[in-house]
Amino acid sequence: MFGRDEKVSPIRLTAVQYIILGIFLILAYGLWRLQVAQSDLYATLAEKNRIRNAPILAPRGKILDREGRTIVDNYPSFTALLLRDSSRDLMADADLIAQGLHMEPKDVRERIQKFASVPQYQPIYLKDDITPDELAFVEAHRNELPELDTIMAHRRLYPRNGFMANLIGYVGEVSEEMLNSPRWELYNPGDVVGQSGVELEYNQILMGRNGFRRAVVNSHGKEVGRLDETPAEPGKQLKLTVDIDLQIAAEQAMEGKNGAIVAMDPRTGEILAMVSRPTFDPNQFAVRISRDDWNKLVNDENHPLLNKAIQAQLAPGSVFKIIMATAGLQEGIAQNMHVICNGGAVFYGRYFKCWVVEQHRVHGLVDIRKAIYQSCDVFFYTLAEKLGIERIAKYATMLGLGQKTGIDLPQEVTGVMPSEEWKIRNFKQKWYAGETISVGIGQGAVTATPIQLARAIGGIASGGLLRRPHVAFPEQLPANIRPVSTVPDEVRVPLDPNNWELITDAMADVVNPIGTAPSAHLQGIDFAGKTGSAQTISNLAKARLVNGKSKFKDNGWFVGVEPRRNPEIVVCALLEEGEHGYLAARVASQVIKAYVDKQRRQPTKIAKGNGKVEVGAVWSAADEDAQQTVRGGHFLMSLSGKEPTLATAAPGINSVLGTRY
Amino acid sequence: MSRYVSFRDFDWLLLVFVLLICALGVVEIRSATAHTKFAGAHIKQIYWIIGGLGGMFLMSLVNYQVLLDRVHWFYIAAITSLIAVMVFGQRYLGARRWIKMPGGVHFQPSEWVKLILIIAVAKYFADLQQRELSWGDFVKAGAIVGVPLLLVLAQPDLGTALTYIPIAVMGLFLGGLRTKQALTVLVLAGVMMPVAWHVLKPYQRDRLTSFLEPEADSQGSGYQVIQSKIAVGSGGLWGSEAGSQTHLSFLPVPQTDFIFAALSEEHGFVGALGALLLYFIVLMRLTQNAQTAPDRAGTFVVMGVVAVLSFHVLVNVGMVVGFMPVTGIPLPLMSYGGSSVLFMFLALGIVMNVRMRRFVN
Repeated sequence: MFGRDEKVSPIRLTAVQYIILGIFLILAYGLWRLQVAQSDLYATLAEKNRIRNAPILAPRGKILDREGRTIVDNYPSFTALLLRDSSRDLMADADLIAQGLHMEPKDVRERIQKFASVPQYQPIYLKDDITPDELAFVEAHRNELPELDTIMAHRRLYPRNGFMANLIGYVGEVSEEMLNSPRWELYNPGDVVGQSGVELEYNQILMGRNGFRRAVVNSHGKEVGRLDETPAEPGKQLKLTVDIDLQIAAEQAMEGKNGAIVAMDPRTGEILAMVSRPTFDPNQFAVRISRDDWNKLVNDENHPLLNKAIQAQLAPGSVFKIIMATAGLQEGIAQNMHVICNGGAVFYGRYFKCWVVEQHRVHGLVDIRKAIYQSCDVFFYTLAEKLGIERIAKYATMLGLGQKTGIDLPQEVTGVMPSEEWKIRNFKQKWYAGETISVGIGQGAVTATPIQLARAIGGIASGGLLRRPHVAFPEQLPANIRPVSTVPDEVRVPLDPNNWELITDAMADVVNPIGTAPSAHLQGIDFAGKTGSAQTISNLAKARLVNGKSKFKDNGWFVGVEPRRNPEIVVCALLEEGEHGYLAARVASQVIKAYVDKQRRQPTKIAKGNGKVEVGAVWSAADEDAQQTVRGGHFLMSLSGKEPTLATAAPGINSVLGTRY
Repeated sequence: MSRYVSFRDFDWLLLVFVLLICALGVVEIRSATAHTKFAGAHIKQIYWIIGGLGGMFLMSLVNYQVLLDRVHWFYIAAITSLIAVMVFGQRYLGARRWIKMPGGVHFQPSEWVKLILIIAVAKYFADLQQRELSWGDFVKAGAIVGVPLLLVLAQPDLGTALTYIPIAVMGLFLGGLRTKQALTVLVLAGVMMPVAWHVLKPYQRDRLTSFLEPEADSQGSGYQVIQSKIAVGSGGLWGSEAGSQTHLSFLPVPQTDFIFAALSEEHGFVGALGALLLYFIVLMRLTQNAQTAPDRAGTFVVMGVVAVLSFHVLVNVGMVVGFMPVTGIPLPLMSYGGSSVLFMFLALGIVMNVRMRRFVN
């Protein structure tokens, strides 16, 4: 029997000791494994834990007008982003994050997926320009969602109401397709780059280089120390050749219309104004645009995203007659040509109408001069027949039709200047002589862009000197960024001085009472130009299709210069479905007048104002009392409704005086 | 009863090593909580240690035979307090574990129940006459531990409930558990596993799965496991001066359950091994005291303390190095916390009590 005092088995007590020894050896092994065998691995992990790479976003450079006034500025805005150097499972948090940022969980997951191949130290940009309550959400969830952070970024502030939007373009996140192309291969997903217009063309100048800050953080993502910093290199500012005053005048002239205006200094090729209508609001693109808004813009049949000044290729109509006249005079055919216009004529067995019969008139006896200011079709049918398509094509090509002008803007189109060779190459068909007749009045296969016509007519008025149009001052660009163009900066087309005088004088008569656009006459201004109305489809097809529905109205054109010889400015106005060239002429005349007024008054340059007048952004809006006002970030000025007096008053003046209307 | 009880027989050597561990704990708590909202916790810890020392001396004065004789009352009191917690307890993080006492002190009965269970188990096996256990004894011994275990599990507090098991295991082992019985228990436990899985709360399951595969849920339950391993691993051989994981609070609440990870980071493999050695010396010294105990009951009491202490060290350090799931079991004597410190010192008090009476009779 064993009593209470019987000892416990000493063997089992010893066994317990050995078991404890075993346990401690296992624990020691566990420590050895982590601290000696794999200490390098864990040291690295610890480092990752505590060091965070935060990007410092470089602000994009401002875009200024030729007088240094701000057109596009930046404003501070917060972007929500996900840091991935923490070891959190982002997918699991996606729902909460999406809820707090008012996003779709699906979209959040998609973005996380999209960034899978990007190095870990680069954060995932989730949502731009977050609202104050979304910012508050991020701040309130520092502990629950340490990977969620914000970054202050300078975001683009464009003029409102689509002012100058087609020229300036917009910025957006670089897309996957873009990254696969050579031009963008050095960029990273999430980079905001120019997507169209000047923003795209001069992205390299405007875009800065992001910096990085390596910081020591604690487990809540709070910075507790700073290791080093690579500062951001801000983008450089870009001065455009555009004059805001003129641009405002052009924008106003195009208000409510479809089409384009381009104003250029033919002496240098500097673009002074460029408008395309309808337009869009690039501020929508500065933050991420919603799919619906995007589809609406892309599918709009009036193509608001297109810069029609360089991307609309349409039949030039009667504007082409100036080119015809140049060819005819230079070839020595037109000088002594006299044609009797009875409202039409038969060529190659087909009857070709003159536009004038629709007004129940005829032109009667017509010479080259009258043919220009009265825009007589019969004269130019006859001239075309005599010249033949090859000679027409030769002059038109010399004057830049059917090819890019080489303007420093993306996606310029070439237009078409037909020829025998062109027809065989593209249609495998012989050229029919009858086609030449239509080309003679700028119809048929010939198409041109507003910028081409401005350059060609401006060149003719300048005595045959054609400059390559551009929106940035080439001499102010770094050599490596200067756009390379196959088009030479300067083209000289031989033009006899007598012919030059004849054509320009005839153009001046266009806006006189004897011309086709007397209502565009500007008192005291040496204004000259040529109207055009081009059919969008043939009259026959129109009758068959629609019974005169507005959709197929003629396009109205006008290209005007001031003064008539060696002009300082050439303006090309296109009114889509504007029916008549004289309407386009009125539009162009407003821009010309604004230019001349500004030249004559020599208004105070903004540089004379005090520091406060820097314009954040310019935009225009109609007031209730039909007074046009132009607002800027810091100023507001009045414009009278009809006359673009605004253009004569540089934005600096009123703001310096502090006047508010 | 003898009157020759003297503090000369008090185990001063054991106390020295225990206090060394405590001191290490205080230093580490101070370092880990500096610059956090817990700053100053080490001062409180010192108060708890002083209080614990007082409790230990008082405990050593009471003859453990008296405790053994009255153990059924203590046991009833223990069960009652556990039920009281379920009824009146403060709900904190989804569990009722604490009773709020006047003066703002939070009382966690499950810690004291551990002490009573040690005595109860010791009393039960000491009274057994057979060298080998019958199945009846086996079930009764199991029930003594099982009832409070289930009550604690219902709080729910899986970690503390688990610490009751080694008391029973140690008692059964020393009480003459047969190989056949041991195997039966193991098989039964194996069968019960799937059942237990269903009983576990979701967060407890998470902890178990995240221990097996921490990377699968690196921010949820796996976070602590990963951060603990990173902290320990980055300590290297000699420790990292920065102690960045602890100081930048990547390691969650390092002053309590993860104090050993903080120590391992700051003092490296050498420091961690040194701390383990201290625990090993204490455990060996305790086992030695068990061998020299005046009677069976004394041996069982001391070995009960050994069982609890070694289980705590195994589970806590095992968790820190990634061998064990996160169960919320503190490292005795080092982790910050009054209940834990007081329990250890009272348990040591009983050990001293047994030792001081080794020459009696």
